[in-house]
Amino acid sequence: MKDNERDVSQDSLPDGPPSGSRRIFFKTAGAAVIAAPVMLTSSKSEAQVVPPPIGPSPATTPWAQSLPDAFDLMQKADLFTDPNRIPQGEANTNYDECGRNSHQRWNEFFYGPVLNNDPLAGPVDQVDLYELKAKEVSHVFNPAYPAQPVWNYVGKNLDGQDYYNPIFVARYGRPFIVRLHNELPQNHIGFGTPEISMHLHNLHTPSESDGFPGDYFSPVKAGPTLNKPGKFKDHFYPNVYAGFDEFPKGPGNPVGGDSREALGTLWYHDHTLDFTAANASRGLASFYLLFDHLDSGDENDPNPAALRLPSYPYDYPLAFQDKRFDASGIQIFDQIDPEGTFGDKITVNGKIEPILNVASRKYRLRLLNAGPARFYEFYLVNAAGVVQTFDYIANDGNLLPAPLRNQTRVRLGVAERGDIVVDFSRYPLNTELYLVNRLVQTTTRGPGAVVAPGERVLKIIVNRTAVDNSRVLNTLRPIRRPTADEIAESPVRTWVFARTRGLWTINGKLVNVKSAGAHIGIGSTEIWDLSNPNGGWSHPIHIHFEEGHILQRFRNGVAVAVPAHERGRKDVYVLGPNERIRVFLRFRDFLGKYVMHCHNMIHEDHAMMVRWDIEE
Amino acid sequence: MNKEETIMNTRREILAGMGVAALGLIGLNAAWQGLSGKMPSTSANWDNRDTLSSTPFPNVTLYTHEGETVRFYDDLIRDKVVAINMMYAQCAGICPLATANLLQVQNMLGERAGRDVFMYSITLQPEQDTPKGLKQYADRYGIKANWKFLTGAPEDIELLRFRLGFFDREIDLDKVKENHTGMVRIGNDALKRWSMAPALAEPHQIMATINHLDPKAIHTYEEQPT
Repeated sequence: MKDNERDVSQDSLPDGPPSGSRRIFFKTAGAAVIAAPVMLTSSKSEAQVVPPPIGPSPATTPWAQSLPDAFDLMQKADLFTDPNRIPQGEANTNYDECGRNSHQRWNEFFYGPVLNNDPLAGPVDQVDLYELKAKEVSHVFNPAYPAQPVWNYVGKNLDGQDYYNPIFVARYGRPFIVRLHNELPQNHIGFGTPEISMHLHNLHTPSESDGFPGDYFSPVKAGPTLNKPGKFKDHFYPNVYAGFDEFPKGPGNPVGGDSREALGTLWYHDHTLDFTAANASRGLASFYLLFDHLDSGDENDPNPAALRLPSYPYDYPLAFQDKRFDASGIQIFDQIDPEGTFGDKITVNGKIEPILNVASRKYRLRLLNAGPARFYEFYLVNAAGVVQTFDYIANDGNLLPAPLRNQTRVRLGVAERGDIVVDFSRYPLNTELYLVNRLVQTTTRGPGAVVAPGERVLKIIVNRTAVDNSRVLNTLRPIRRPTADEIAESPVRTWVFARTRGLWTINGKLVNVKSAGAHIGIGSTEIWDLSNPNGGWSHPIHIHFEEGHILQRFRNGVAVAVPAHERGRKDVYVLGPNERIRVFLRFRDFLGKYVMHCHNMIHEDHAMMVRWDIEE
Repeated sequence: MNKEETIMNTRREILAGMGVAALGLIGLNAAWQGLSGKMPSTSANWDNRDTLSSTPFPNVTLYTHEGETVRFYDDLIRDKVVAINMMYAQCAGICPLATANLLQVQNMLGERAGRDVFMYSITLQPEQDTPKGLKQYADRYGIKANWKFLTGAPEDIELLRFRLGFFDREIDLDKVKENHTGMVRIGNDALKRWSMAPALAEPHQIMATINHLDPKAIHTYEEQPT
């Protein structure tokens, strides 16, 4: 199955104009002098030659609103009530589902073309069903700003109430089917587009459920890789480990796949072609947490193999987004500026400068940079600004082989995640701490220097006591590093991230969701050589579907050490200016189209993305 | 709004009074050639009225290759689905390829061109590209009706270039006109929704972006019935 080509890099297009054209311009300049018809003469020109600066977001009121002490849990949906709309392998286009491709390997999981809830006919308790509605809802970012329409995924909590941007809790071995309804206002005016394609980053998901950018749908529109519009789309999340074919499901492997490939902190967000920044910024983003026997989500787990990390409700995800607001406090996003809009306000789970009240015990905080463009370097400091320490246990949602003890910072490019364990029992009750961002950034191009004391984005108050049976062992999850032979045998594919004529390119090309830039045999391994040969900007590169191992990092052509937190499995590879990264990847289990793209969503939308296909 | 209406009414009166609407290509070119000196900008008429809009397009006066005098926002953009690129007749780089590409897009649009979707090419070299020169350019490439090539006062063109996002913050790159020829700005003014497609993308791909922005299109990647 190996690709025989040793180097399958693509030729770059020249990235400058032919020099002749400029000579022609100068030679002929002045050949034709034109003037205006006299009747349209106006008073003196007020033409501007630079875009007007957008004013800063108005002042906000800090620490005036609290995040919930624990996130809500989701209520499952009953998708059997309507006999015409029971989940099935084929797209149910006769009954309002959009024209997606058929679910791969459906029958392996569900023993028939349509889900069965008849206990006499087959396995009944075989899947968890959920329902989301993408809707416009009213939201308050900060008490200083007015309530305003945002777009959220809306589910139900255990009380049956609407649950905005719900957090999924999944477990390996329990497949999910998530039915996403598109109920966005189709006559929406302004940034954002009411067609959606929901990507679950970075579940080992068959292509048709991955949220491929061309798979956007609405009741009245079908994206270029769908064959029919629809009111909803079913997503099949198998919740199996990668390596399902290599390590088949069986008595000794009840989940199927390689448990060393387990994912933990995932997030889902809109991925509509050309509109990801606008739609995700409007609010279409949240978390998907995934557990297994090792990371079981139960700090009281009697299973001796369980890690017993701090667990719910002391397992707390925090999503950071950068946003910009106009003088009246309404969120804005420039769709025309090729460099988008730099967000000067940082939201934490949708709130600006909120408080999180915690118990004096260990917490697992899952930090996510949910974009669209800023980078962060977070520090936990006390009220006097003194930096506090924590254990760093997972990067990009993947538990490291061993925790990194006594860490002080979490640096996150867009879409990167960092899980940390903070022991708040070290602080007396009523201690106030702050999460601060010390990474200076003024444009969407990339971050600047790290400068103390930084901007306070979250206030943490230790306000109660609680029992703590959690622990952070010295070993977390085993890792399957590529062997020297595997590395030697893997073909190298070169990807250059650059800028050409005002647009963002990969190997000189712009996204085409109908044409794959790489064809990869299923079961093969490759080394992807990612480089950013420019000093002006940073690119957090996301490869869908498979986690990779960073083999080497280079800066200005010189090998540099791979930071400790990047020595696990990753799915976002931050290319700073003049940097290059070599990544080892396996391509397993499912066929079809996926993408790699810059996760600076403005670059992604302009059009730094490439489709790649896994093929037989 | 009152101010806007006043300006629009004034404009209509001026146009009607001067008989501009009746001007043909010959008359217009005579006007262009019969005057000398610096061509004044018309952007002073843009009063930045819609400050909440994310698409503050100036209402400058432009001249089409077919001899019309038009106002950019009122006549070309307002409530329309549009595809706009920038080019210049002397561009020897990708402009000819982009024009050929967009011609295929126009063919795919069929009767939708000029009815549901409006195509514009704005010169980056207004000092050289007269309406007549653009007419020759359009003829040379076999451009059909319902695709306007546009020129105007250099300051107005420069303003449009920035407002439409055909710029680079790096001055050295911004100075090279050809750097602004790689993109087609695609938008729906009624919905205030804007996107883009690469000018050298496959025509089907440009069509898919247009179809994404055109509420009448259902299948973004199929040719639409006309």
